[in-house]
Amino acid sequence: MKIFNLIRIALRALQRNKLRAFLTMLGIIIGVGAVIAMVAIGQGSKKSIQDQLSSMGSNMITIRPNANVTAGGGARVDASTANLQTLTLDDIKAIQTQAQYVSDVSPAVQGRGQAINGSLNWPTSIQGVSPDFLSIRNWPLKEGVAFGSEDVKGATKVCLLGQTVVDNVFEQGDDPVGKIIRFNKIPFKVIGVLATKGENAFGQDQDDIILAPFTTVQKRILAIPYIQTIYASSSSSETSEAATNELSQILRASHKLTNNQQDDFLVRTQAELISTFSSTSQLLTVLLAAIAGISLLVGGIGIMNIMYVSVTERTKEIGLRMSIGARGVDILMQFLIEAIMISITGGILGVILGLLASKLINVFLSWPTLVSEPSIVLSFVVCAITGIFFGYYPAQKASQLDPIEALRYE
Amino acid sequence: MAKKILEIHDLKREFLMGAEIVRALKGVSFSVEEGEFVTIMGASGSGKTTLLNILGCLDKPTEGTYLLDNVDIKELSRNELAQLRNRKIGFVFQAYNLLARTSAKENVELPLLYNSSISTTQRHQMAMKALEAVRLSDRLDHLPNQLSGGQQQRVAIARALVNEPVMILADEATGNLDSRTSYEIMALFQELNKQGRTIVFVTHEPDIASFSSRTIMLKDGKVIKDYRNENVRSAKEVLSSLPVTEDY
Repeated sequence: MKIFNLIRIALRALQRNKLRAFLTMLGIIIGVGAVIAMVAIGQGSKKSIQDQLSSMGSNMITIRPNANVTAGGGARVDASTANLQTLTLDDIKAIQTQAQYVSDVSPAVQGRGQAINGSLNWPTSIQGVSPDFLSIRNWPLKEGVAFGSEDVKGATKVCLLGQTVVDNVFEQGDDPVGKIIRFNKIPFKVIGVLATKGENAFGQDQDDIILAPFTTVQKRILAIPYIQTIYASSSSSETSEAATNELSQILRASHKLTNNQQDDFLVRTQAELISTFSSTSQLLTVLLAAIAGISLLVGGIGIMNIMYVSVTERTKEIGLRMSIGARGVDILMQFLIEAIMISITGGILGVILGLLASKLINVFLSWPTLVSEPSIVLSFVVCAITGIFFGYYPAQKASQLDPIEALRYE
Repeated sequence: MAKKILEIHDLKREFLMGAEIVRALKGVSFSVEEGEFVTIMGASGSGKTTLLNILGCLDKPTEGTYLLDNVDIKELSRNELAQLRNRKIGFVFQAYNLLARTSAKENVELPLLYNSSISTTQRHQMAMKALEAVRLSDRLDHLPNQLSGGQQQRVAIARALVNEPVMILADEATGNLDSRTSYEIMALFQELNKQGRTIVFVTHEPDIASFSSRTIMLKDGKVIKDYRNENVRSAKEVLSSLPVTEDY
């Protein structure tokens, strides 16, 4: 029989049982819709995490003292202040003179305290850095100017404020640049305001910060000679790994570590962080897709079930068709095409539902969603295969009926 | 001498019912020539349904030969049998067996759908011709449940005619109809027979058999009588002699 006639017959059969056909499709519709919506949620959150992480400076490399140094015999030495003082200005100098893949490097020391301006005060943290820090973090100024190397050399009491600090220690409309604020009773002159960065991937407010020359923070606030953290940036994202290795080597040499001693520092790149988060959200996507896939499977079983019912119901029709010349393959195709029609129609409606659901989730729950074309194509293909797979057995059963028995079936 | 449409020789059919072998046909032989109107008669259990299934190429004999239009069906596969049914046989059933919720015209077209050598236009034309032959041209788009029993059976006959078969095989085709409508259907069969159609009609009513030109009587799986009907009644005449009922 010609394919066109087969499709016509299948359509007619479905028309006769509209509600039943729709209910059967519903399994597929929900399955496909769920696959598309779930993958959209997974992809959306993955992308938003990636965006947030790269807002922190995508080439940034962080070096911290390693708190858990294992001593010679393998016994663990507790993290003490002694261990945390391993990074020094000498390390910075070594990096600046030796490293090839590192474009910028900045020491960092951090302290918490109270920022006070007149009657307004705000608990925040101060970070002592070098001028390079702003380019490492990819952080422009909203107004004012950054401090320079003279300020570092002279340990001058100047600072840059994050937007959150400005909002809390200045009246609205007040221009902070040029004003004096106090941090832990030490007066600092505000010379600039940092552009707004928002929350980072961990939900911390990145704008709740004061930046000052590290020498100032070391001497006036913390009274320490060492460095807590080193921030560096690789010259490009491709050289991130080379830069990491290079930094490790330089620091090992600078710290005079022998081959059997472990690193007393920890080098972390932003890229590592991104890939950690990406793999987490990748897992999330896979899990969501798996759940959705199961509902598609259930939908497929629904089709199989209804096709079996349909074959039994229409045994007499099958008998008649066979007696007037339908071959087994004609009957097989008739029922198979009916099953495929159900699954493909369900697939189309499911894609529409999935797109709609992704949009609604985005609008009403403000979750980031990203509809990916492969998920649409994939679920559609899976749908067609589901139809063929689950429609085949009932159709096969129909095609092998004995015409005499089938004609007499009541 | 006329061409032999079907020829069966020493036809046997045995069924295995549990451990017991039931011999439904115990050696049946006859042949039917082109243009004959044969009724096969017999009580239930005489083997006429089994014989009908074999004549209709729905079943194969255990032993013996069956030539339909000079084709030995013993050699044929399931698919080839289906094709043979499609091209050479027109079935008319007791219960009409029309597809529900499908128009008269589409019901008639059904056998042609399984014949890929026939185009859509040809199919429409042939269906129209068949429906004209049973005088139902004005009921093309009626669904089976909008037609009377007699009209439904005429649609079924049109469906049997549509593929120009060598033989029309009717199975108790008047069994579900009242006597008046039965005569109408028999008149139609006689008319088709006059136009040269070969008809094999299975029935258990002697009244119906009197309209055919030849009767084969079966009993216990054997032919007990095979005679020419010298005095064929005309169903049309019987119909006109019937008292006019209040319905008309």
